[in-house]
Amino acid sequence: MAATAQQEGQAALRTLPLDDVRQIMWRYADRFDLQMLVQSVRAVARGPVARIVANGARNTHEWTTEKNSLLKVFDESGITSAFMEPEEGGYIEGPKNLALALIAFELAWVDAGAATSSLAGNLGLSPIHECGTPEQRAEYMTRCIPPAPGEDREPCRAAFALTEPIPYVGVDTGVLAGKVRVDQWEEGAEPILHVEKRGRFITGMDFANIVTAAVDSDDERIKGSCLVILEEDDPGTFDRGSATLKMVHQLSSTRDPVFNLKIPASRIVGGYTVKDGKIVPNMNHSEVIESVFRRTRVTVGLMTAAKLLSAIEPVIRYQRQRFRGSASDKPDSPRYQLGIQMKEDALHRLVDVWATGEAASSLGFEAARIFDVFDPIEREKEKLFKEQGIEGRRAILKAYKQAEKGALELIALEAMPAEKRDSQRYEELSNDLLTRFMVLESVANVYCPACKLWNTGHGAEIMREAVSLMGGYGITEDCPGFLFHKWMDAQLEATYEGPEAVQRRQLSVTMLSPVFLAQFRVWVGEMRRLSAQRPGTGACALATAMELWLWTVEHLRTAKDANGQALYNSSRQGVTFPLADALCWLLAARSLIMDTLELETKGPENPNLAEGLDGLTQFYQDLCHTFSGDAVGEVGRICAALVHGYNRHPEWSKETCASCYHDGELDDLEGIIPGMDASVPGIDVLGDDDSHPLKAGPCVRFPGLHRYMRLRARMEGCLTGSRLAKDRAAKAVAQVTIPEALDYPA
Amino acid sequence: MAGSLQIVVCGGIVPNPLQTLEPTAGPQGPALKNEAMLPAVLDPWAWHALFEAANLAKQAPGSKITLVCMAPKAKLQQVMMTIAQKTVFELQPIDGPASGFVESADVAGELAEVIKGINGLDMQKLLVFGGWESASRGAGTTMQILGEMLGITDQFQGVDEIRLKDDGSFDVLERIEGGKHQVSRCAGAPAVLGWATGNLPEPPNNPQAGMANMRGIMPALQKARPAKPGQDGVKFLDVSLPSQRRETRVVKDTPAEEIARELAEWITG
Repeated sequence: MAATAQQEGQAALRTLPLDDVRQIMWRYADRFDLQMLVQSVRAVARGPVARIVANGARNTHEWTTEKNSLLKVFDESGITSAFMEPEEGGYIEGPKNLALALIAFELAWVDAGAATSSLAGNLGLSPIHECGTPEQRAEYMTRCIPPAPGEDREPCRAAFALTEPIPYVGVDTGVLAGKVRVDQWEEGAEPILHVEKRGRFITGMDFANIVTAAVDSDDERIKGSCLVILEEDDPGTFDRGSATLKMVHQLSSTRDPVFNLKIPASRIVGGYTVKDGKIVPNMNHSEVIESVFRRTRVTVGLMTAAKLLSAIEPVIRYQRQRFRGSASDKPDSPRYQLGIQMKEDALHRLVDVWATGEAASSLGFEAARIFDVFDPIEREKEKLFKEQGIEGRRAILKAYKQAEKGALELIALEAMPAEKRDSQRYEELSNDLLTRFMVLESVANVYCPACKLWNTGHGAEIMREAVSLMGGYGITEDCPGFLFHKWMDAQLEATYEGPEAVQRRQLSVTMLSPVFLAQFRVWVGEMRRLSAQRPGTGACALATAMELWLWTVEHLRTAKDANGQALYNSSRQGVTFPLADALCWLLAARSLIMDTLELETKGPENPNLAEGLDGLTQFYQDLCHTFSGDAVGEVGRICAALVHGYNRHPEWSKETCASCYHDGELDDLEGIIPGMDASVPGIDVLGDDDSHPLKAGPCVRFPGLHRYMRLRARMEGCLTGSRLAKDRAAKAVAQVTIPEALDYPA
Repeated sequence: MAGSLQIVVCGGIVPNPLQTLEPTAGPQGPALKNEAMLPAVLDPWAWHALFEAANLAKQAPGSKITLVCMAPKAKLQQVMMTIAQKTVFELQPIDGPASGFVESADVAGELAEVIKGINGLDMQKLLVFGGWESASRGAGTTMQILGEMLGITDQFQGVDEIRLKDDGSFDVLERIEGGKHQVSRCAGAPAVLGWATGNLPEPPNNPQAGMANMRGIMPALQKARPAKPGQDGVKFLDVSLPSQRRETRVVKDTPAEEIARELAEWITG
């Protein structure tokens, strides 16, 4: 790094981070397809999308012609086809999680409703893409590809219908009111199914031609649940329903449709098998949903991250120009030049917004990259299981259990220096498909909910802070950057595609995976080593907080509360959920540090960054340190509440006062142990009449918590320098050059 | 239908127009503060010339577009991520400065050298396009000098439209005073056209076309010839931004007729 925390000299942050910086940090500097995609989407976001938002398109729930015009723009700019495989008419080879994440990020920089609108089509197709039969994939993915220049046809558009009207809406996606039954089944012919489904909050319903709908069997000739593909021309009712009266994401179409249709059984996503006279779907609806959502949720997390970073430039401009125009402030005066940025609080709060936006982006893009690596491995694993005849939940779990040992061994070997490990064994495990799958899956299963939960939930809170930094301007339509809309939109992002409680619940299970925890322990060491070379990143404090979290998890898994009840179990969400929250902070801070390290390592290879790299890396290092400090604080608060909060505070009684002293006893002891007096914390002194000090009870003792107490004390000490880093980051924010105007209308 | 053409579009890059520009003194003469760190775009007039070239190429099947561009190659690579999506072309990059502090004759010399070296160059099919001026300097002389260096005497500046005919001749609309155009008829290539804004909208981005272009663009960028034009030429004593002119008068309760009269007076001088 250019400078350590101890150095007073500071390289300046010259400009806001541009594409060269982002390409390095988010690892697509060598992906020209993605760089072009970013430029293409950005032109759409800051052009047509921004224009219609500025024209007030969000002021109606209805799907207007103006909003509809965006679909064509998405088609022409490659946004729609980015999801497709090259053989289906797409143009991006391989997994597309990072590509879709970048699309969502760029669109949400201006309006997340537009991002949702573009991604909803992908969501509608995802069940077919992830779980469809080869015939279904070939048919529907091709139909949904936009027409090539000169081709005269309307593209097909898809919607995903899972959620249903009250009482089931938002309660549990495992419960379905939508039904499917056999309508006709003639000997030797394809069965015809009768589907009844009412949807709620279904995105894209104003224009969808096909719908993938989740339904449950209402017929003993069909087993369990499944997803079915509905088409608008199917016989029966394809009613798009009424518009949802949502107050956010108004650039996406949302309606409550009603379907009552007859379809061939070949429309069951993933196909079916006939067994003992019953139609058995090859995949039930839960399996399909799990496969779909664990990818699409990452992009939602990135939408909120984009909002936070998009707020930086308008807030800086507002702060600096706040007093311009006043007759008393001359152009050369600091008040004229810096405006509100003369005040430390305004800068510090903006640094918080910036650091959170960076951390959220780092976490989200890391999650997207993980899925890009994971996707092909998962497909290979499925192929392998099929070849080996491993089917059914029990057989699959057994295979996983067997592979877990190898995964743990691989993680241990990877953590060792190359020269010290058994290279043959390492090679063997690295090339073992199931071992690699286990390692990656354990991480993917944590990163996806962590990104969705923390980016959107905490992001919405910090977005409120960004709005407040604009003063009264922030809640007006005139506010540059549409910050008020973004704040409100963030609230929806925290809810749709699985609300916060669902993400916490998933994390509370997946974060206990032995393979994930082994990986996490390796990351603690990684942060420590990194901090030895780069003390200014806050990596050391983070490592201690990670250790504290690990200790707390282990402690709570066996500890009991004051009533003898186990603390860590699925119904005790007061324990499991805060631990999940704490983990998200740690992962976000780690991702930001790793991205900053990448910038420092690869930045010198880019001549465009040469003159400003020192200032950039110094600034990012300070953001890391600032953010790590916040993460450490959160983790400390949560762990302390969980470790102590379930114990009963001692009362004044004979038993609890057995170790208390009486007046005068300490004076005697002072002669033997100098410094031993009543002012020492944790020593309770009773009066001669056994009267006790005016407090809740004797001070709490910490049997069995020595390691915890040491870690807590160490962690607080590790915060040293974090506020100096914040001061430096604030100074950089006050000096950075920004463009003359925002590059999209407001 | 007209025969095929070889259209060479010349254009530099300039900082994105929204950026704050501040001239500074660099080790090699004047420069812009943080220039390398600022986002760049293809010079707006050259940008229009490229769209016009793409439109013309559609009217003359078999035509080929070559973009000759002098700029720092790392910066040019970023700009290509957008430009390459607009139309199909071959890039001939020159790894040199793009700050606007190089004399137009020196720039023209570099461009001429590259154009002369284009494989299979056929002067009878050559149309050289570029901006009639540049957002970085605005001297308005580079294209004229380039034409002279290439021996092309049919030159048109401030062009807003070209109408190609089946026999290969074309009409050109050049801007003149008062919002009018001068229409000239040219027998055919070779010719130099310095474009104003033209009439065409910006084509939409097409990442798919861009990726096809990039297969040729990336190797070309890697092999870009380094150039240091104007090393021994002009010395700048001082550079500064044009000062902003803003004459604001705050008036109240002025009748519309009075405002109209003042405006008419101001316009008619």
